[in-house]
This record gives sequence, structure tokens and C-alpha cells, in this order.
Amino acid sequence: MVDHILSILIFFPLVAALFGFIINKDSIRAYGVAVSAIEFAIALWLWFAFDGVTSGMQFMESIPLIPSFGINYTLGVDGISIFIIILSTFVTLIGIASLGEIKNIKNMIITLLILQMTMSGVFAALDAIVFYVFWELSLVPMLYIIGAWGGPKRIYASIKFFLYTFTGSLVMLVGMLFMAYFYNQATGQWSFAILDWYRLILPENFQLWLFAAFFIGFAIKVPMFPFHTWLPYAHGQAPTIGSVILAAILLKMGTYAFIRFSLPLFPDASVFFMYPIAVLAIIMVIYTAMVAYAQKDIKQVIAYSSVSHMGIIILGTFALNVEGISGSVFLMLGHGVVAGALFFLVGVIYDRRHTKTMSEFGGLAHSMPRYATIFGIMMMASVGMPLTINFVGEFLSLLGFFKQSQILTLLAGVGIIVGAIYMLSSFKKLFYGEITNEANRNLPDINKRELFALIPLTIIAIWLGIYPKPVLEPINNSVESIVQLMHDKAQTPEAKSRIPSPLKELTIPTSSIEEAH
Amino acid sequence: MEPVNVSLESLNLVTLSPMLIPIVGALLILVIDTLKGGLDKTMYVVLSMLFIILDLGALFNSSSVFSTAGTMMGVFDVMLIDGLAILSQFIIVGASLLFIPLALTSKRFHEFSYPEFFALFLFMISGFQFMVATDNLILIFVGLETASLALYTIIAMHNRDKSFEAAIKYFTMGALAAGFYSFGSMVFYALTGSVEINQIATVLAANDYADIGYVLVGTVFLLASLGFKVSLIPFHTWTPDVYEGASAAMAGYMSIVPKIAGFIVTMRLFEFLIHSHVVWLEYVLYAIVVLTMTAANMWALVQTDVKRMLAYSSISHAGFVMAAVMIGTTQSNSALFLYWILFSFTNLGSFSMLWISRQKSLPDHQDSDHSYNKFAGMINTAPVAAVIMSIFMLSLAGVPPFALFWGKLYMISSAISAGYTVLALIMALNSAIAGYYYLKLIVYMLMKEPVKGMSPTIYSSNATLSLKTVIGIATVGTIFAFIAINPLLEFITTFVYNSGY
Repeated sequence: MVDHILSILIFFPLVAALFGFIINKDSIRAYGVAVSAIEFAIALWLWFAFDGVTSGMQFMESIPLIPSFGINYTLGVDGISIFIIILSTFVTLIGIASLGEIKNIKNMIITLLILQMTMSGVFAALDAIVFYVFWELSLVPMLYIIGAWGGPKRIYASIKFFLYTFTGSLVMLVGMLFMAYFYNQATGQWSFAILDWYRLILPENFQLWLFAAFFIGFAIKVPMFPFHTWLPYAHGQAPTIGSVILAAILLKMGTYAFIRFSLPLFPDASVFFMYPIAVLAIIMVIYTAMVAYAQKDIKQVIAYSSVSHMGIIILGTFALNVEGISGSVFLMLGHGVVAGALFFLVGVIYDRRHTKTMSEFGGLAHSMPRYATIFGIMMMASVGMPLTINFVGEFLSLLGFFKQSQILTLLAGVGIIVGAIYMLSSFKKLFYGEITNEANRNLPDINKRELFALIPLTIIAIWLGIYPKPVLEPINNSVESIVQLMHDKAQTPEAKSRIPSPLKELTIPTSSIEEAH
Repeated sequence: MEPVNVSLESLNLVTLSPMLIPIVGALLILVIDTLKGGLDKTMYVVLSMLFIILDLGALFNSSSVFSTAGTMMGVFDVMLIDGLAILSQFIIVGASLLFIPLALTSKRFHEFSYPEFFALFLFMISGFQFMVATDNLILIFVGLETASLALYTIIAMHNRDKSFEAAIKYFTMGALAAGFYSFGSMVFYALTGSVEINQIATVLAANDYADIGYVLVGTVFLLASLGFKVSLIPFHTWTPDVYEGASAAMAGYMSIVPKIAGFIVTMRLFEFLIHSHVVWLEYVLYAIVVLTMTAANMWALVQTDVKRMLAYSSISHAGFVMAAVMIGTTQSNSALFLYWILFSFTNLGSFSMLWISRQKSLPDHQDSDHSYNKFAGMINTAPVAAVIMSIFMLSLAGVPPFALFWGKLYMISSAISAGYTVLALIMALNSAIAGYYYLKLIVYMLMKEPVKGMSPTIYSSNATLSLKTVIGIATVGTIFAFIAINPLLEFITTFVYNSGY
């Protein structure tokens, strides 16, 4: 059964979702929790069966789909993708379990289960077309979640979300078809398998164009600076569960795809574009931090802080060395946990007051002490305090990029400090001072259902902050092999020198883990 | 004068058999009607279906002969049964088989009470079959006119004010196209002394396109007339009005069958012209393809009626497919067939969904038969229908893994392989634009509140078991297309390759 565990992981939620139509709507919540718990258990089993020492793909399976055009249903996970899959099943589980009273709950749970399928599919796919199928398919449930359960401008927000991403991914699709065409030119066969593409060495000018095509698709998804405008709308209008999954998992598809596609396929182009992208990333970090500071709506603050953190992930990815990429993968997980939790927390207060405007609150620490504590921990994690999960990722990302450019790293560090300012000031506005608004005086504190979602996230945020090794080591192993591949494939002297071979400096990554503690 | 001596063997009448079966069927229906009138439409529908199935059987026979013996000629070498002819007849006959049960509505419609409707339908099928199974310009013309005249009448039989308008409009435009067609053919006949396309190609190539001016004149006329048939911009103006006037079932039929017949003729005619490296022609076609894809998308964005939106969307899809003719490689020609087969299933489904929600009279808040607000909040009242309709829309938009995505994938790939990079990008971006108007219907169905006073039964008011079966087939075909792509692609590619395209 371990041979097909990834297929089971992907299609079990779909089958369960289809059966969900039969279930009575009063019992659907329990059904949803049960299904997502089983799904999470399968994901944990995957982790248990996963060999953290090997760097290559594991649990590979392949079924010919359109062999005459080189499309095969190929799956596999390595250290980079496995933890995001586990995180996605976990977020779905706690998301369904803590779902508040909403209309049409049956449709919501079925949609979430279908979304779970697409999320596992994206991260497990090793064939570009299969990847694309799940990537595009993930838009549809999210469109429905935002459009059907969102705020007053939900339809505008959902369409903007869909069309922005759809356009970007079609450009990416053209890039994929070009890759397959080049592969066909080189070997005489069609193939969309990513592992086949890894072996293809392209001339630099082709790489630049293809990098650009893939970049548009990924950058819109991340979202990177000039393309980020859909995200605040989507977050602003989406229901809590939508924001949580969007921030925790869906945005990670873009950054994951950079590591899976852009870097190993186009190492020379990655070096060529390293500085422009780093500058964009730093603009993301600083500019969105400043925008976040100006927001009145607490959810918008967290939405912009998400963009800001994604900037650091991009920066780490384009450090093009083991520390940076491992750090960015780890930060993806960290940001998934922390941003997910923060959106949950905003949802908690929104359920009670039906407003997200910060000036409506103040002094909540008096009426909701438990809530304030968890919010405080998560906010500390979000600003990257040592001993929390984000610190490890941010530190490694910046350390990685420090080797490429000190000045840009310094700027990014400034951005993180600005991030601390707006988070702390929002925290102050919400929780400290006297209770000015009478409506806040008798707010009930967090209930059991909400605790069920938040306590595990808090534990993870601290546990992986103190002891990241069980997760960081498999990530590190897989990242090493990718960096080695990039180093071997690099053709220009610039790229050869920028991408260090990890074999020569195998000691450094381990020492940096020590420092991260 | 010598006696004409033709052996029956040399006629190779088997090439005619697929076309003759619907003609026999149509005549039989007329005979039955004269002998005993007042029979129910169900009888005629099933009878038509049986003849169409026989037709399919004859086609399978031709296709197995083709795969062993190659291209067949027959009847004084007028008939040409090659891979293109067989593939396109499969689409024509297969789509007809799925569309004719749409006559079995629960409400009574005027046209189905006449047996002539079914006779005309069968004549039309054979007309289209003649059109694709020859490279003789005169027989193409005969097939085209047989089919078109039957189609005009069928549209007019729908018996609404807009239907007459539609039929007259279609007829006038069609007559103009016929005139253009005969003029264009005349020019080529004058130049080469032949009406057979491969003869024309040989003669033109032999004198190295010396009379390029006349060739271009002929090409322009033929392009205009075929442009009318497959609704390329700027010859598309009839399309939305005719689709709106015709019943949804016929509109769906028109978006598939006449167009594939038109594309086959276009392919036969323009393939050699494009490969002759007359640069001017390539530029014109390129412009028409890009214009058709893009402008139709823009118009579709502003429509308030779903059927008109689908009309513009089908123009845009026609532009997409015309790109394949322009690219002119084996891969692109195979992509054309793959695309059109997948498009048939999706469009069959979406037009049938409109057809089952057809009302006899319009409530106040609706200004046309299928205005968008009719579908508002459909997820609450008819969830299954709303989900199915959304799947068809997603498929049309090219969202994987639904049917049309695979067609688009292969089509864009064929553009890339042939070096048309910019065209590939334009195709991709047009799919993104098209996403908006398909999404608009999904937004209405899934996210808006229902209009007050809207009865939830209207979405399937016209449905019967037969109609639901057709929709079921279309849904399965749309969702599970990915299983069938590989065998389909291999089949198509072999046939197209062996016909020399």
C-alpha cells in the first residue's frame, strides 16, 4: 500500500467529498472531521515511512496517461514537498474542526475536501501537466469559498483572484509546452516528467525566456510585488477558513514551484535574475510592511504581513545556496503555521463582534486573556522572535542571501524590523489599554472548538522553533541535491561561482542549524 | 457515338454508402408520413437515430478499409474517402446521434410535430457528409447547399419571431457565401481547367504560381465563403442572431457540425496554398485567426444572454481551430480533430442544459430566454444541474482536467512546435480572457441570490429521461476525457498522417 500512498492521499478526500453529497447536513461536520483526520493520519504515516536521509524522490508511482504525448501520472515526494503536504492535511483538519456556524455548511465541507485533494496533488506531482492540472483545479474551490461565503465585495474579490492566477498560469503552461518541445528536440520524445526535464541543459537565452514564462505564473501565485494586488482583496473578503488555507498552503504553491521548477531547470537564468528578483522581494518586504502599518482592518494587516513574509521566502530561495533554500522551505512551513493561526485568531474575534476594524477594539487582554496569550505568542512568532518557528526560517534565508549580497540582506533585515513595528502596534491597539468600547467588556473567551485549532498550531510554532532538526534535516538533504544539480548544470562562469556545490561545504549547513537554535 | 461503358466495380459504390443511408432514411420517413399521418415524434426520433446508427456502422466499415487499404476513390473519382473524411464524418454523425434525442422534450414544440423536420435533419447529415468526402469543388458545393437549405428550414420551423429573423438572416448570408464560393471556384477552374483540389494544386505548382494575382482573387472569394460557414471574423455577423433565434438544441448543433464540415473544406483548400509559401495568404490568415479569437472574446464579455455568450464563444473557438489550419502541420491538424471532438461533448452539454431550462413564456424579470439572472442562485434550488453546468463552463474555459483543456494543450503545443511562439501566447491569453465570461455564469449560479419569484423547477422544466441521458453522456465525456485522449490521439494522428496532411 505504501507504493500508492500518494495516490490514496490525493484521491481519498475526493472520493469522500463525492460521498459527502449523500450525508445529512446535520452530520456533515462530524463526517468532515473524520475524513480529514483520516487524511492527516495517512499523511503522518507518509512521514513515518519517509526516509529522511535520502535526498531523492520517494514513493514514486507512475501511470501512463497520454504516453504518445509524454504525459504520465507521476507522483513522488522529497524532503521539500512532504512537510507541506502534511501541513496542508493538518490545516484542513483543524480548519474543518473549528468551522463556525455558517450557511450551507455541507457545500463548504465538500469544497474543502476537494481543495485538500488539489493541494496534495500539486505538491506530489512530478509531471508538469499533472502539476498544472492540480494547480489550476485548486482555483475552483477557492473561488467558490470566497465567492459564496465572503464579505460584501466577495464576487469582485473571487473573480479577481481567479482571473489573475488563471492568466499567469496560462503563460506558465506555454512555458511548459516549450520545455516539452525542447525536450522533444533534444531526445526525439515527448516528456513532461520533471525529472526528465532536470537532465536537459538549455542554452542561456532559452532559459531566460522560459524562466520569465514560469516566473509570471509563480509570481502571481506567491504573490510577488507588482502582482500582489489580488491578495488583500481575497483575504479581505474571504471567510476565515478561506484565508487560513489561502495563506497557509495555496500561496506556498508559488514558492514551492520556484524551487521545483525554476531553479533546477534554469540555473543560469536564476543567477541572471537573482538581483532583480531579490530587489522585488525586498520591495515586497519593506513596502508591504509599510502598507500594513497603515491598515485599519486587522485582517488586512495580517494579509500584508503575509506578502511581506513571502518576500523573505523568495529572497531565501534566490540565495541559490543550501542555507537559503532550506531556510525558505522551512519558512514556508513556519509561515503556514503562523499566518494560518493569525487568520484563525482574527476569525475568532470577527465571529464575536462582526467587525475587523482595530479602532473598535482595545483592552481585549482584560476580557479575553487566553485569546490575548495565544495571539501574543503567534505575533511573536510572526515577527520572528528566537525560539519560534519563523526565526529559524528567516535566519537561514537571510544567512543564505548574505553570501550573495550583504547590502540587500541588510535591507531585508530592516524590513523585518518594520514588520515587528506594525505587528506590535496592532497588538497594542487590540489588547492593551482600558476597554473603551462597552461591547468588548463581556466578550466570551476562546471556546473549546477554537482551542482545538489554536493549541496544536501554538505547540508546533514553539516546538519547531526550539528543535527544528526532524524537519530541517530531510529538507536540507533534498535541497542539497537540488543545489548540486544546479551547480552541475550551470554553464556560465557567473552561475558556476554563484551556485556553490554543497559537497565542498557540507559542514556549513549543519553549523547554521546549530546557530539557529 | 460510343456507348458509355462503366463497370460497377470501378464505381466503388461502397464509398457512397455512408451518405446514402441517411438519404434512404429521410425518404422512408417521408413515405411513412404519406402512408399514415399523425404519428408521434418519438417514433420519428428513434427511427432517425437508427438510421444514424446504421450510418455510423457504415463509417466504421470505411475506417477499417482505410486503415488497411489507404485512401479510396469512387464514383468517377469524385468521392474521396481519406482520413480527414472519415474522422470528420465520425464527428458529424456522432454529434447528430447525440443531438437528435434533444427533440424528445417534455414540452411540445411546434417543429417536432412535423415528420419533415426529421427528414430534413437526415438530408442535412448526408449533405455534410458529401461535403467532407470529396475534393471536387462542385460536389462540395452540392453538399454544402443541401445541408444549408435543410438547416435554414429547420431553424425557421422553430416558429418564433426571432426564428424567422434568424432563418432569413442565415439564408441571405448563406446565399451570399454560396455566390462567393461559386465565383472562387470559377476562378480556379479558369486558371487550371480542373475542379479537383489536388489537380488544382498540381497545376498551380507546375507553373510555379505564375498567375498569382488570379490565385489570390480566387482564394479571397473562397476564404470569404468558408469564413461565413465557420463564422470567422469579419464574416461572423449572422452567428449570434441565428443562435439566439434557433432553439438551443439546434444552436448547439450548429456550433459543431456545419463548422467541422467547413473546416475540412478549408483544410483541403488552404493546406496547399499555405505550403505554397504565398506569404500574403499566411498574413491574412494569421490576422483573421487572431482577430476571430480576440474580438469574439471581447464581444462575449458584454453579453447579457447566455446563449448569445455561447455564440460568441463558439466564434472564438472557431478562431482557435482555424489556427490549426493555418499552422498546417500533422500535429496541428490532429489537434483540430481532437479539439473539435472534445468541444462537441462540452458544447453538447452546455446547450442541452439551456435546452432543458427552456420556458414557454418569459417572466417579467427576464428579458431573453436564457438571460444570466435566470441562473442566479441555481446552486440552492438545483444543485446538481448547477454543478454540471459549471463543469461545462470550466471545460470551455480550459480548466484542467476537463475535456477542452486537453484540446487546448495539444493545439498550443502544435503552434509551439511549428514555431508560432507569438500565436501560442495569444492563444493562451485569449483563454484567460474567455475565462471571465464563463466565470460570469458560474458566479451567477453559485454565488448570487436567486431572483424573487423564480420557480426552482424551471431549470429542468423541459427535461425528460432522454435529455438527461444526453447530458449525462456529455458530462461523463467532459470529466473523464483524460482517459480517452491517448487512444483518440493515436487514432486521429494515424488517420491524418495517412491522408497526407
